[in-house]
Amino acid sequence: MSDEKKTPETTDGGAAAPEKPPKQPWEEKPVPPEHGDGTDDEDVSALARAVEGAVLSADRFAGEVTAAVARERIAEACRYLKEERSFAFLVDLTAIDRGDREEGRFDVVYWMHRFDDQKRLRLVTAVGGDETVPTVTGVWKTANWMEREVYDMFGIVFEGHPNLERILTWEGFNGHPLRKDFPVEGIDTGAAVQPDVYPAGAGPEAEETAGKEGA
Amino acid sequence: MAGPLEPLFDLEEMELSFGPQHPSTHGVLRVMLRLDGEKVMEAKPIIGYLHRGTEKLFEQETFTQCIPHTDRLDYIAAPTNNQGFVLAVEKLLGITVPPRASYIRMILAELGRISSHLLWLATHAIDLGAITPFFYTFREREIILDLFEEYCGARLTLNAMRVGGVPFELPDGWVEKCSAFIDEFPSHIDEYETLLTENRIWKKRTVGIGVISAEEAIDWGLTGPPLRGSGVKWDIRKVFPYDRYDEVEFEVPIGQAGDTYDRYLVRMEEMRQSARIIRQCLDRLPEGPVMAKVPKVLRAPEGMVYASVEAPKGELGYFLVTTAKGTKPYRCHVRPPSFINLQALPEMVKGSLVADLVAVIGTLDIVLGEIDR
Repeated sequence: MSDEKKTPETTDGGAAAPEKPPKQPWEEKPVPPEHGDGTDDEDVSALARAVEGAVLSADRFAGEVTAAVARERIAEACRYLKEERSFAFLVDLTAIDRGDREEGRFDVVYWMHRFDDQKRLRLVTAVGGDETVPTVTGVWKTANWMEREVYDMFGIVFEGHPNLERILTWEGFNGHPLRKDFPVEGIDTGAAVQPDVYPAGAGPEAEETAGKEGA
Repeated sequence: MAGPLEPLFDLEEMELSFGPQHPSTHGVLRVMLRLDGEKVMEAKPIIGYLHRGTEKLFEQETFTQCIPHTDRLDYIAAPTNNQGFVLAVEKLLGITVPPRASYIRMILAELGRISSHLLWLATHAIDLGAITPFFYTFREREIILDLFEEYCGARLTLNAMRVGGVPFELPDGWVEKCSAFIDEFPSHIDEYETLLTENRIWKKRTVGIGVISAEEAIDWGLTGPPLRGSGVKWDIRKVFPYDRYDEVEFEVPIGQAGDTYDRYLVRMEEMRQSARIIRQCLDRLPEGPVMAKVPKVLRAPEGMVYASVEAPKGELGYFLVTTAKGTKPYRCHVRPPSFINLQALPEMVKGSLVADLVAVIGTLDIVLGEIDR
């Protein structure tokens, strides 16, 4: 934080110093939140007890609890949290491409909500490049399109999904755009914007192009 | 004489592609329909025509450079999009926003909500054959867009918030103009309501159409007016108050039947409540800076945060993942309310008429820029 050096000294001496009002929170240097242990969380410890071998670790950051869950147990863990701990609402489901990593290339992230006390909980499961994840569409209906999006963008296959099709790109699109090795500028999909050969009835008329050829 | 009668026409079910170029799909949305006569047997939304890879672009740009991209998600209500993103970054960096900046943000966000609901009302009414409300709502929407333009120079893609506050002080006379508008606006809502609320045709087209129960709505992940129309009193501004929403008073209107008419009533009341919030913000607008002391280069700690706002369409969330000392998001996922609300469309229109499909698409209030990202 280089601009910190520019802050004036707190005591510039003289009579002005005592009149200086105390610093407001927005004038202070921002302090980022720190990571803490999340295993003491009520729901995480209940999940660890109920579904054996599910919780691998838990983290608390910026007031949010994130539990790492074993891939094979994820659907089971979600079902338990919904049915026994009343996390009735799946807010978000997405994935992260972590590149080369020991636990597996991707993280699939589940972010759920409980209405009784307005609590939110995040589950993260590590998935290898060629591994599949059990679907949670049977737990929350809303997971359907979210999982389709993750499949489309990352190529992660959800086992047991009723309709695992691409959703934002088209069927037959080659690649998964949000993978880190997918180029930002895009790929040549073979679908030319201005094709040389137009299908019958489409494209510019013969008269329009004829003049240009002659010139 | 006995014997089966020859049918006069083909009784087979028909496949119909509704959209992507249809005025009542509110953008490039395509719905594949399986019809039995005029009855919808199955509807399958096909989306992605407006996909621009926004989430990929987020990964290439610094936190501040990301903000203009958020404008283009729900382009009808840009302030809430900006707000969600800056709140996520502020949460990640531990920044406290000065109260004046918070209040300006709330004023802009609520003006955005009114503007979004006015556009929704205009297009929804046109879809159902009522053309007149359009002229009235756009009259008021114009004033809001003028206020936006005066504040930041843009009318739709505002880019009006920064990490740590807002970029500009309010221009001279802005508060008075906004105040005058807010004073007279509730009477305009009454005007719209005289056109529609007790209108027999409007009720025939909306009462009992696109019904979804509270349990189903939660299971499908609906948020915003579609959830509240089903009787769930749930609003991010109340549940997880961001900025200074805990300092203002407002009600969260809910419906009962979960049909198109109740969602209409919910949104009409929300506009009144937004006006009420703006009134309080203008009256109490604190003095002070509009930007917190923020480092010039934003460097995030390693971690993941989620911050959400109550956008006009529902819960708009930003999920940010960062690496240690990262100046760019490692991954930024948007939870778009329209995307998830649209998912319930097949459920809501099953067995209804094609004309009701138009009503249900209208009542979900979708924006394709946000769905396709």
